[in-house]
Amino acid sequence: MELFVNQILAGIATGAIYACMALAVVMIYQAIDHLNFAQGEMAMFSTFISWQLMQWGVPYWGAFLLTLILSFIGGILIERLLFKPLAKAPILTHVAGFIALFAIINSVAGLIWDFTIKQYPTPFGSAPFLGSQLISTHQAGMIGVTILLLIALYVFFQYTRFGLAMRAAASVPESARLVGVNTSWMIALGWGMAAAIGSIAGMLIAPVVFLEPNMMGGVLIYGFAAAVLGGLTSPFGAVVGGFLVGIIENLAGTYIPGVGNELKLPIALALIITVLVVKPAGLFGRPIVKRV
Amino acid sequence: MTALLNIRALNAYYGQVQALHGLEFSLQQGSVTTLLGANGAGKTTTLRAICNMVRTTGAIEFDGAPLSSRSTENIVRLGIAHVPQGRGTFTTMTVQENLQLGAITRGDKAGVLADIERMYAHFPVLKQRHTQQAGTLSGGEQQMLAVARALMLRPRLMLLDEPSFGLAPLIVRDLFKILGKINREEKVTILVVEQNAQLALEIADQAYVIETGRIVMSGKANEIADNEDVRKSYLGY
Repeated sequence: MELFVNQILAGIATGAIYACMALAVVMIYQAIDHLNFAQGEMAMFSTFISWQLMQWGVPYWGAFLLTLILSFIGGILIERLLFKPLAKAPILTHVAGFIALFAIINSVAGLIWDFTIKQYPTPFGSAPFLGSQLISTHQAGMIGVTILLLIALYVFFQYTRFGLAMRAAASVPESARLVGVNTSWMIALGWGMAAAIGSIAGMLIAPVVFLEPNMMGGVLIYGFAAAVLGGLTSPFGAVVGGFLVGIIENLAGTYIPGVGNELKLPIALALIITVLVVKPAGLFGRPIVKRV
Repeated sequence: MTALLNIRALNAYYGQVQALHGLEFSLQQGSVTTLLGANGAGKTTTLRAICNMVRTTGAIEFDGAPLSSRSTENIVRLGIAHVPQGRGTFTTMTVQENLQLGAITRGDKAGVLADIERMYAHFPVLKQRHTQQAGTLSGGEQQMLAVARALMLRPRLMLLDEPSFGLAPLIVRDLFKILGKINREEKVTILVVEQNAQLALEIADQAYVIETGRIVMSGKANEIADNEDVRKSYLGY
């Protein structure tokens, strides 16, 4: 029993990473209706920027805030320069664009900062949290930040004019334009916000997985799994999905014979396929209904 | 009376297909004008052309200023509210949010709140359902919501695309009564596209008949209603 509880705790701790990443995935999906495969690389690049700032002597929270702003601007720039011209292109063109972006960002990061693994600081410390060996203060801090982020997003979407306009642009673009919403800029704003959220995820994950250009590869797949499980249309679902994926991964690794650390990744992939077959809308997502 | 909207030599295209051929008409300030015509005559295209949602050539002037260089959302900001065919309801949002969206371009919070209350007075059924998802409303209620949403802009010109479509006759009557009231009390100029010619001619001052992208008849609504050809083709008696 104690093993079980401990594994769940550890699952929640790693789940916070996935939850954070899944939030960014959902954000962009809401804005453009596609999954951005380069999301993880964008987050990695942001994390490198914050690391560089700290190397130059900027204190942690200063670097954190600056990176947030730079990532937001960077996200908007990527949309304006790369994806706005593709707005009417078929989905495969977008996929090709995402993959190109993935490769470019990954290589450029390697070119600037090389591929050696770097230490990344945590603002929360890494002592055991409340005396538990399974969850550190950093992981507890991550869970806290993820939940704060979720609340902030909820307030933004439910109670601000911009949030309302973004939701309108995502759900019925033509009607949104007819009430005067500039849907094109709403998409850019969605990219900016997704990039900023991704940068938070990257900066929180880096102390755990260490900083290097390929740090987000596995994490992004778990993030996708979390977003799909929770429902791609629901930020709340994404966070719950993130924690669930963390827990499932840990429990499967402990209790299913033969599933060790090596087979954890296939579990995430199996989860994606299972959800898409059994309940495509995810746990909290809105089923897509089209009138014909 | 001066013209609020002036359209000259308007052509519209869907890809290679030309849908409007040199349309000319104007809307008098404060009037109700109706555009009649069969399916595919180009009524919807005319409304979409005004909001720059199709490719056009020719001139469209609103209050003396050309519209053709403006994007759809900027045309809306001038005070042109468009109730599209199929109502354009934000089905996953609440009734109240739909109304707020109608006023999304307005900065005066207090005025918007007051206007929402005003809409609830016009359409009591919307107040009863204000927290409900708009997609759960009946067709008639959604049409009321679409009209209310358009009014939230405090428009100077309202474009309505077949507001009677799919509604029960009694509800249509109510709706047109409300439209007449809005025109009189709020001084909103209205352009309504309809297949239900009889009702549209009852509330309209001016009428145009459009066939295959060309205006074939124009005049005062009551004169058009008395015209033999129109009666045979559109009124059915």
